[in-house]
Amino acid sequence: MRQNRALRIAAVAAGIALMATGCGATGNAPQNSGGAAGPITGLQIMVPNTPGGGYDTTARVAAKVLDDEKISTNTEVFNLAGAGGTVGLARVVNEKANGDLTMLMGLGVVGASYTNKSEAKLTDTTPLARLIEEPGAIMVSKDSPYKTIDELVTAWKADPGSIAVGGGSSPGGPDHLLPMQLAGAVGIDATKVNFVSYDGGGDLLPAILGNKLGFAASGAGEYLQQIESGEVRVLATSGEERLEGVDAPTLKESGIDLVFSNWRGIVAPPGISDEDKAKLIGALEDMHASDAWKEALKKNSWTDAFITGDEFSTFLTEQDKRVADVLTKLGLA
Amino acid sequence: MDVWSSLMDGFATALTPMNFLYAVIGVILGTAVGVLPGLGPAMTVALLLPVTYALEPTSAFIMFAGIYYGGMYGGSTTSILLNTPGESSSVITAIEGNKMAKAGRAAQALATAAIGSFVAGTIGTALLALFAPIVVEFAVSLGAPSYFAIMVLALLAVTAVLGSSRLRGFSALGLGLAIGLVGMGSGQARLTFGQPLLADGLDIVVIAVAVFAVGEALWVAAHLRRTPLHAIPVGRPWMGKSDWKRSWKPWLRGTAFGFPFGALPAGGAEIPTFLSYVTEKRLSKHPEEFGKGAIEGVAGPEAANNAAAAGTLTPMLALGLPTNATAAVMLAAFTSYGIQPGPQLFASQGPLVWALIASLFIGNFLLLLINLPLAPMWAKLLQLPRPYLYAGILFFATLGAYSVNLQAFDLLLLLIFGAMGFMMRRFGLPVLPLILGVILGPRLEDQLRKALQLSSGDPAGLLSEPIAVVVYIIVVIILAFPLLLKLIRPNRPATSLLAPNATRGNEPTDVG
Repeated sequence: MRQNRALRIAAVAAGIALMATGCGATGNAPQNSGGAAGPITGLQIMVPNTPGGGYDTTARVAAKVLDDEKISTNTEVFNLAGAGGTVGLARVVNEKANGDLTMLMGLGVVGASYTNKSEAKLTDTTPLARLIEEPGAIMVSKDSPYKTIDELVTAWKADPGSIAVGGGSSPGGPDHLLPMQLAGAVGIDATKVNFVSYDGGGDLLPAILGNKLGFAASGAGEYLQQIESGEVRVLATSGEERLEGVDAPTLKESGIDLVFSNWRGIVAPPGISDEDKAKLIGALEDMHASDAWKEALKKNSWTDAFITGDEFSTFLTEQDKRVADVLTKLGLA
Repeated sequence: MDVWSSLMDGFATALTPMNFLYAVIGVILGTAVGVLPGLGPAMTVALLLPVTYALEPTSAFIMFAGIYYGGMYGGSTTSILLNTPGESSSVITAIEGNKMAKAGRAAQALATAAIGSFVAGTIGTALLALFAPIVVEFAVSLGAPSYFAIMVLALLAVTAVLGSSRLRGFSALGLGLAIGLVGMGSGQARLTFGQPLLADGLDIVVIAVAVFAVGEALWVAAHLRRTPLHAIPVGRPWMGKSDWKRSWKPWLRGTAFGFPFGALPAGGAEIPTFLSYVTEKRLSKHPEEFGKGAIEGVAGPEAANNAAAAGTLTPMLALGLPTNATAAVMLAAFTSYGIQPGPQLFASQGPLVWALIASLFIGNFLLLLINLPLAPMWAKLLQLPRPYLYAGILFFATLGAYSVNLQAFDLLLLLIFGAMGFMMRRFGLPVLPLILGVILGPRLEDQLRKALQLSSGDPAGLLSEPIAVVVYIIVVIILAFPLLLKLIRPNRPATSLLAPNATRGNEPTDVG
């Protein structure tokens, strides 16, 4: 992890780049200012990991859209990295009733809160909205013997330990949860899965290309170009529907009862007033309705997955439980 | 030849007045951010990205290339002058470079770094232009077993820099490896003391700055009143004949180490700088000068880190695979211009790629023009009275450590490890093995874990790649050689092949 200061900075950069692309075309077409009370002031969005990662990009794009659309003014994005997001999580939970602070987070923080044995849990926070999601993909090298997901699953079932499963996140992260849940869905004991943790997509990709792994599980977005050139073969994707531009069936189509998506959303500290909560959710709804946000979704290949308030709260509780189950079985939580 | 005419077209594009201007802006910016601690080339390119959307992609990339190489040049300056490496790849440069500076040879150290970077950058760029597809194919064939074997070889090489006392050398190495254990790298929390900020491990730059700069400032402060005030001598401003003679081979050897490591996805720029240092120490005709300011110890590692910088662009362009921060940023920039790096890049964006490669040659040349005259001027900085000089060093060290992660917690670490650096000087522990332990330990472990996981726990998996087997054979030869020597000539005292000078060079008590 340490060696990847480089990659973290890289990520910053990538983030800023994406942000710029995301926002380049939005211009500053002034729209309706949403609520009647005029723009929100003093809103902070905390990013619980380093600049440039997926959370950071999403937060900065969101802040830009909020400002450009005059929904909020001078929205501040800041990073509080550490321990897979749990340093930031602890801060949010501690800032009880602070109606100006929000945190951008996602599935990875749910897992990290267990693997890091964090005292603060996501279920303590006030969920505001889920913004986007990205389905996972089961990928192999073009030289892999497995041509279909069925062939892979048959071989995997026969001897789970012999198939190394690579993912670009640490245990508890999305790329770890996907193969573990896949194992559960096809009847393999999750503790038998041989998961090899790589430090992000840049570290995982050479292992896929060099055919070092049985298969890799990760979001497809980072590998589109290698998928397009045929170097990487996608056996299946894990969303409800097929992924645009990727010629592979979903797991469901292949007869495996699993839908899995990595998602990102925004939460607020516990105990904020109903008024603050309504105001923040209203702002996010205005943002979601804007053309600038739609444009940003397209530019960044994000799938819209907007739900708010109680619906998001129920979803978060369900995800938290699902992650806890998987990690408890593995002895990680 | 096709490559040749493409390259000439590239030069034609890169030398248009506007593009040339962007190259000049790029190298000046790059040098500036390289000198400032904490703000590296990656961050600079990232911050500039949104500004450059109005530019032609070619102009933007020419400027980025200038910043990238410029940052590599500038990074050595603080290492040499202030003993404050701004990035992990210039940590080794500080070891001999700062000793040279203290002996009044800062200008020579800076000059050999600048020329070495130029030589390495130029050769590296040429290799990139000629062999990118082949290099990449090879690089991807290496997996965890091969990387682990290379790390083992590197660890073995550490024994060459243990210093005069084996016990102290191994103690320092052990301390470094222990520092490398901190964090959740293995999936389990180790030595984190329930502190979430320790979960990601300790940053090499923070440790290096603490042990080198803060430790030394404390040491000097503790002795300031007891030692007579001796100003750092004013040296000659340029490299002498013997400096050239002692530098050119290390430049070439450093390049040979740096480029392949840069091109490897998990290679990095730190290990080649260190392998180059060890090799130069071993081959030098003046081994007694190592640890006291040997010019070879600056020339080699500086060439290595610049060649690695060129190497890094190889997988980025040919595969769309970023292996360091700046490459990742540039990759993001490509993507945002709607250009997909990858196997088709040379075909689909030929003019842009060749202009970029041509601009790397031009940038290198400009950097040499800028940096050589600057070297004697920078060296004057050291004429400051020591209390002011060390106050400045502490200021830069603090700024550098803070800007790595923007965590106040890192300042606490800086003080703790600075105090440790002071104690190491007090008890004569050499600092180099410690830093190498911090760099190598976690990588060694990570690759071992991956290699064993890939083979489902079977130790035979460590030998599953041909490169790994070759490297282990080299390791065995190095280990067995002194024993064989002993058998053949039993009357001579045994000497380690790797450390023939260990008893003389690198006096651990010599800490300036």
